[in-house]
Amino acid sequence: MTTEAPAPIIDVRGVSKSYRRGEVVVPVLHDITFTIAPGEFLSLMGPSGSGKSTLLNLVAGIDQADSGRIVVEGVDITRLTETELARWRANSVGFIFQFYNLIPVLTALENVELPLHLSGLSRRARREHALTALDLVGLSHRLDHFPGQLSGGEQQRVAIARAVVTDPTVLVADEPTGDLDRVSAGEVLDMMARLNRELGKTIVMVTHDPRAAARAHLKRHLDKGVLSADDPAENPD
Amino acid sequence: MILLRILIRNAFRNRLRTGLTILGITIAILAFGLLRTVVSAWYAGVAASSATRLVTRNAVSLIFPLPLAYKDKIRQVDGVSHVSWGNWFGGIYISEKNFFANFCVDPPSYLALYPEYILSERERKAFLSDRKGFIAGRKLADRFGWKPGDTVTLKGVIFPGNWDFVLRGIYRGRDRTIDETQFLFQWEYLNETVRQRYPSRADQVGFYMIGVASPERAVDVAGAIDRLFKNSLAETLTETEKAFQLGFIAMTEAIVMAIQLVSIVIIVIIMAVVANTMAMTTRERIGDYAILKTLGFGGRQIALLIFGEALVITGIGAAIGMALTYPAARAFGSTLSNFFPVFNVARETLWLDLGAALVVAVAAAVIPTQRAIGIRIADGLRRIG
Repeated sequence: MTTEAPAPIIDVRGVSKSYRRGEVVVPVLHDITFTIAPGEFLSLMGPSGSGKSTLLNLVAGIDQADSGRIVVEGVDITRLTETELARWRANSVGFIFQFYNLIPVLTALENVELPLHLSGLSRRARREHALTALDLVGLSHRLDHFPGQLSGGEQQRVAIARAVVTDPTVLVADEPTGDLDRVSAGEVLDMMARLNRELGKTIVMVTHDPRAAARAHLKRHLDKGVLSADDPAENPD
Repeated sequence: MILLRILIRNAFRNRLRTGLTILGITIAILAFGLLRTVVSAWYAGVAASSATRLVTRNAVSLIFPLPLAYKDKIRQVDGVSHVSWGNWFGGIYISEKNFFANFCVDPPSYLALYPEYILSERERKAFLSDRKGFIAGRKLADRFGWKPGDTVTLKGVIFPGNWDFVLRGIYRGRDRTIDETQFLFQWEYLNETVRQRYPSRADQVGFYMIGVASPERAVDVAGAIDRLFKNSLAETLTETEKAFQLGFIAMTEAIVMAIQLVSIVIIVIIMAVVANTMAMTTRERIGDYAILKTLGFGGRQIALLIFGEALVITGIGAAIGMALTYPAARAFGSTLSNFFPVFNVARETLWLDLGAALVVAVAAAVIPTQRAIGIRIADGLRRIG
C-alpha cells in the first residue's frame, strides 16, 4: 500500500529575480525551485542581502518574478494582473512583518477589521471576526488602544490577529521577532506555532534568529540567491 | 467608511502642520474673497443698471452740457417712455474726505425711472414739494447721522458757493445691489440759482436718462436720438445705462485687471503651499499606503485617501475663510464706503471660493497620489521601521 504525498500548497519553479540600480542589474534570486506542503512551517534563513525577503515577497504576491512560476493553492500568481493579485492577497495570504506595520491612526480592533472591509462582510460580522481574532491572540482587553499605546509584543500580536482574521491558508512572516525582546519574541513564536499546529496554517517565515528558526518544521538557507536543500529543523514543540 | 476614518484622522496626525496649512488656506480664501468683492463692487453700477434705460450725454465729453430743450425732442422719439435729466453737482460736505456722489435731478421723472429707490409716499411728497429738499440713501444718512428736517450745506466746486439743502427723505435700495450712498436734490433749485449767478450756464443739463418701452428697442432708440441732434452744436452720444457705467470702469480697467491678477496669484501660492503639505504627508505615509496595498486595497482607495485628506484640509480652511469674508467685507466696506457704495459679498464670490478650494485640493493631490500608487509595495514597506 502506498501513501500519496499531498499536493504542495506552494510550488515555486525556476524563479529568478533581479533589481536594476541605475544601469546596473543586480541579480537577487537564481532559478529557485521548491515546494511547501499544506500545514508546513518553513523558516528561510540566510545572511543579509541573500534574497530571503525578496523570495517571501514573491511567494506572497507583493512583488513580481522576472521568470519562473509560483503556484499557491493551485493559482499561478505570476499570471495575475495587479488587481487580481491584490484580490488574491486579500483572500489567501496573511502578513506578519518585523515592524508590525499597523495603521497608526486605527485602534487595535480597527486594524484587525481592516482586511475584512474588502470581504463584503456586514459590519457586525466584521466586528465579530475581529473580536475573535483579537481574543485568539489574548488582546481582548486592548481593543480601543492605538498602536502607539501598545508594547512591541502587543503590536505584533495585533498584526498576527490581522493576518489570520480573513482565515488565509498561508501566513508569511518577515522577521516577526526582529524588533522584539526575548520574552515577547517567545510569545509571538508560540502563537505562530499554535496557528500552525491547531489551525493548520501554512507558514513561511524569514528570520535571522536561530531560536525562531528552530520553531519551524523545515529550515531552508538562502545564500547569494541560491536555495539550499531541505533541512528538517529541530522542533521544540 | 474605514477609509473616511483613516483620511480624517490622517489629516490631523500632524496637528501643527495641518493647523498652519489651514491657516494659510483661510487667509488665502479670505483675501481672494475680498478681492473678488472689490471687483464686484467696481461693477456694482453695471450690475444695478437696467436694460430699459439709456443715458444721453454730450458726444464730445461728459463734462460738456446739453441744452434742456432737448428733452421735448427726445420725448417725441418713438420707443421713449420716460425722459429725465440731471447734473453731477460735485459738492463737498464739510471737507473733501467726506466724499459722496451728489446729483441734481428732476424728481418726478427721475423717481419714475428709478423705482429701485424706495421712498415712503410722505417722504416723496415732501421731496417734490420743497425746492431746497434732498433725499439721501440710507447708508449716507447713517454715515453722517442725518435726520429728516436737517439742513445740510454743500460747498459747490463746479457751481461755486454754499448750497443749503433740507433732508426730506431717506431712500433704501430695492435690493443689496442698489447704491444707498447718493445725495439727490432738485435740478430746478440748481438751475434757478445758476440763472441768477451765472446766467450763461442756465438751462443746461449734464445728461439725460431715458426710459425705453422694451430692451429690444434700446439700440434703435439710442440711434434715433443721436441722429436727431446730428450736426447740432451739442451732438449727443446715447448708450445703454450698462454701457455708460462700463465706460467709467474702462477708465480704471488696469486697476481691476491688477486686482484680478493678484487674486489668481494668491490662489496659485496657496496651491503650492497645500501641494507641499500633501507631498510631505504622502512621503511620510508611503509605508501606510504600502501596508494597505499589501492587504489588498487598490490604487483607487489610496487615491481616495490622499484626495480626501487634501479636500478635508482645504475644505476646512475654505469654510473658515468664507465665513470670515462676511465680517471682513462689512468692516472693509464701511471703511471704504466713499469709494465703494455697494460692497456686498456676492453669491458668485462664494462659488468662486469653493471652486478655488476644490482646484487647490485636487491639484495638490495629483502628483502625491501618482507617487503613492506607483511605488512598488516592497519599496514602500522598506520605508517602515
